[in-house]
Amino acid sequence: MINSSLKELAALLAGKKISSLELTREFLARIGRFNPKINAYVTLDEEKTLTQAHAADARIGRGEAGPLTGIPIAQKDIFCAKGWTTTCGSKMLENFVAPYDAHIIEQFDRAGAVNLGKTNMDEFAMGSSNETSYFGQVKNPWDKSRVPGGSSGGSAAAVAARMCAAATGTDTGGSIRQPASLCGLSGLKPTYGVCSRYGMIAFASSLDQAGPMAKSSEDLALMMNVMAGFDPRDSTSLQRDKEDYTRSLNKPLTGLRIGLPKEYFADGLDAGVAKVVEDAIAEYRKLGAETVEVSLPNTRLSIPVYYVLAPAEASSNLARFDGVRYGYRAPEYTDLLDMYCKTRAQGFGEEVKRRIMIGTYVLSAGYYDAYYLKAQKIRRLIAQDFTEAFKQCDVIMGPAAPGTAFKVGEKTADPVSMYLEDLYTIAVNLAGLPGMSIPAGFSNGLPVGLQIIGNYFDEARMLGVGHQYQQATDWHTRMPEGM
Amino acid sequence: MQWEVVIGLETHTQLQTNTKIFSGASTAFGAEPNTQACVVSIALPGVLPVLNKEAVRCAIKFGLAIDAEIAPRSVFARKNYFYPDLPKGYQISQYELPIVGKGRLTVQVGDEEKVINITRAHLEEDAGKSVHEDFHGMTGIDLNRAGTPLLEIVTEPDMRSAAEAVAYAKKLHELVQWIGICDGNMQEGSFRCDVNVSVRPKGSDKLGTRREIKNLNSFRFMQQAIEYETRWQIETLEDGGTIQQATVLFDPDTGETRAMRSKEEANDYRYFPDPDLLPLEVTADDIAKVKATMPELPEAMKARFEQEYGLSAYDASTITASRSMADYFVAAAADFGGEAKVVANWVMGSVAAKLNEEGREIAESPVSPAQLAGLLKRIQDGTISGKIAKDVFAAMWAGEGDADTIIEKQGLKQVSDSGAIEKIVDEVLAANAAMVAEYKAGKEKAFNGLVGQCMKASKGKANPSQVNEILKQKLA
Repeated sequence: MINSSLKELAALLAGKKISSLELTREFLARIGRFNPKINAYVTLDEEKTLTQAHAADARIGRGEAGPLTGIPIAQKDIFCAKGWTTTCGSKMLENFVAPYDAHIIEQFDRAGAVNLGKTNMDEFAMGSSNETSYFGQVKNPWDKSRVPGGSSGGSAAAVAARMCAAATGTDTGGSIRQPASLCGLSGLKPTYGVCSRYGMIAFASSLDQAGPMAKSSEDLALMMNVMAGFDPRDSTSLQRDKEDYTRSLNKPLTGLRIGLPKEYFADGLDAGVAKVVEDAIAEYRKLGAETVEVSLPNTRLSIPVYYVLAPAEASSNLARFDGVRYGYRAPEYTDLLDMYCKTRAQGFGEEVKRRIMIGTYVLSAGYYDAYYLKAQKIRRLIAQDFTEAFKQCDVIMGPAAPGTAFKVGEKTADPVSMYLEDLYTIAVNLAGLPGMSIPAGFSNGLPVGLQIIGNYFDEARMLGVGHQYQQATDWHTRMPEGM
Repeated sequence: MQWEVVIGLETHTQLQTNTKIFSGASTAFGAEPNTQACVVSIALPGVLPVLNKEAVRCAIKFGLAIDAEIAPRSVFARKNYFYPDLPKGYQISQYELPIVGKGRLTVQVGDEEKVINITRAHLEEDAGKSVHEDFHGMTGIDLNRAGTPLLEIVTEPDMRSAAEAVAYAKKLHELVQWIGICDGNMQEGSFRCDVNVSVRPKGSDKLGTRREIKNLNSFRFMQQAIEYETRWQIETLEDGGTIQQATVLFDPDTGETRAMRSKEEANDYRYFPDPDLLPLEVTADDIAKVKATMPELPEAMKARFEQEYGLSAYDASTITASRSMADYFVAAAADFGGEAKVVANWVMGSVAAKLNEEGREIAESPVSPAQLAGLLKRIQDGTISGKIAKDVFAAMWAGEGDADTIIEKQGLKQVSDSGAIEKIVDEVLAANAAMVAEYKAGKEKAFNGLVGQCMKASKGKANPSQVNEILKQKLA
């Protein structure tokens, strides 16, 4: 049952083969058993969770169930959920109980889904390994000496270890796709503006986007049907007609044009990963797709551009954590300035402070034009590369991450090597495009993800492209041993 | 040496919207601390700003009123600095691209008109308040005001005296109320001025170093502060000193300005476009819609009053100094139907004097425009004399009813019955033989004395021209 798809679970619930309460208890039991080793969840609240399961059963009983009613979902701890401690992986918010719901949380509540708990993450979503969390390292269920990726590493590990039916994540530079790749699951970052950012704690506002993490492409589509939608409380939320993300799942791939960016198969890509990705593309050809080489010449600039823009926005977004109204405040201080300094020095971790400093620097008088403005210009060029490429193809494919899951501590001493983890994902955020990662095989026993990048609002097609592959392969059904 | 003072103003006007500029929290003044602070006002993690369209309409209205360029695309930026009453750690403002561009305002300084150029006006949010009373050794924060919409209006350094600066500030104060975008309440901080003052040798075209007087919330203080600051700067320079750019505060108790912080310590605000808000687009259609709701502006109304009512330029200007006075005048003139000049005289005279005496606004006048018109009609039709009318007006002001009621009740109706007047005249002539003799001896003055006696005998009610006529006949 823990391996069942969302559709199968919904059928079991609808057919009264199982209650939401039983299903939820099953997952809670697995959490009790595996979480101490994996550390995927930072906050659990059985009472709240079971109350929701109970309500879901009543709703199913009334015949008012939707596709996700009664299904236990893990929520990344970046989403404010009323009455739940919402930490964003930081000491700064260790005791912060959100008094309101994020739009995403509301959407799941309306759908009747059950909130299983809040998942661990890199502090304020800044990291690619989950090692910056104040609440301890998340372990990769495939190899507990390795990282799960980040920043949505808790959600990724929870799905991989079947400690939830599906989970939410957020992706600013690859934070859904890279951990999905490293943990062998499916993850989608939608087009910027498709999911409301209201109640999602901001890292870099112009890049942040929520998305689903699940076992399969089909599950992602069902999750998207709940998560996507216009929200007037987010000015960057797009006012579009509601769409059914499952509508193209069964569309054959005949004639699909796949663009292969030559820059994605060059230096920096692990040979084992390259092999898996190439095999996956061969499988797509078998399924009727054509491939065409495309070029994204400015992709090489995406990491430097990202590490100007994201820290700039973060330095301002994180200014509200000042010890005045909520969150951590240093226990001892002499005056206001001292209170600010000590609170922020003690409340934030090293990586967050590093990015606040970078961001403050690039926005400073005299440096703004050289860094921030220039980076904005290059950002437009990066987006134009994709516009050009999509004239020749329907989707772009490549690796989601340059390698497989690395050892805990392997890259912490060298921030730049860590930043390179997002080499293939960041450009997608800069352009605001949708991107996903699906399991495509293994290299040295560790999962490898295939990245699929689509044009704006082309999520339904991408999900179909993923689903057709998953009909022909079984990588997405593999589970870590001992789980 | 002859010195010239150069003054520019930055005015924060609180816009009259029901809700805050980026959230749905109420903007009403005077509520219990933090009762109007929603999740956005407190800047909880995850909240986002949504622009209040009404604030945009207010800014467009202002742009139209000062004949300014209204930007088709303006951008909200973050001004970053730490302060306890600034909940996000940044203020959302407009920096490089403001919504209102160059415009102008014509002000009356004494007998002269002067054009003050306005550089820009931009939308931004207000901060909260730090509360130092009631907390021993600690500071409280009230975020009710945080997020209140402001329009910051910046002039060119066009003013050359405290009088010009005050005339501009008053005119602006009236204008924002006239077009209904600000309640103008200076005590509650709805209209606050920062004044930049510098001095230079007369004839020089180079600007001196300026000091900025912050947060002036009365015109009297503004006048005093500028005068003091100007004297201080001139004295400092004449004593061989130099002026340091600084922010200063005015102390109404001492009448002096003192430096708050020098600009060297100034923050680097690290402005950048707010990624949570899209650029603000204003279309020609948006502008046209606002234009359709615009009231007639003071300048246009003044010209119309000269034309339509035959008022002098001075009277038209006085009557249109405030919208409520103009509204009062128009209503009274319409009801009266007679010569509008008479209405203007009464509004600027008796009505204004009484209001002034009692420190009231014309909207609170106990005598309504219709009541004033009723009184003027009784003068026009000869029911009462102008003199009696003053008494009737006083009674109306005291709430004794309309003119007809008071005239009736107090028996103030003018006597125009020639038989009755003749009787009074006969009595007066009989009782004042000496005066009659004087008149007959050629003393013209005695005639006025006799008229006075007749009026007195009639308790002021006799029609004065009839008294004149009959007296002349009898004495002929």
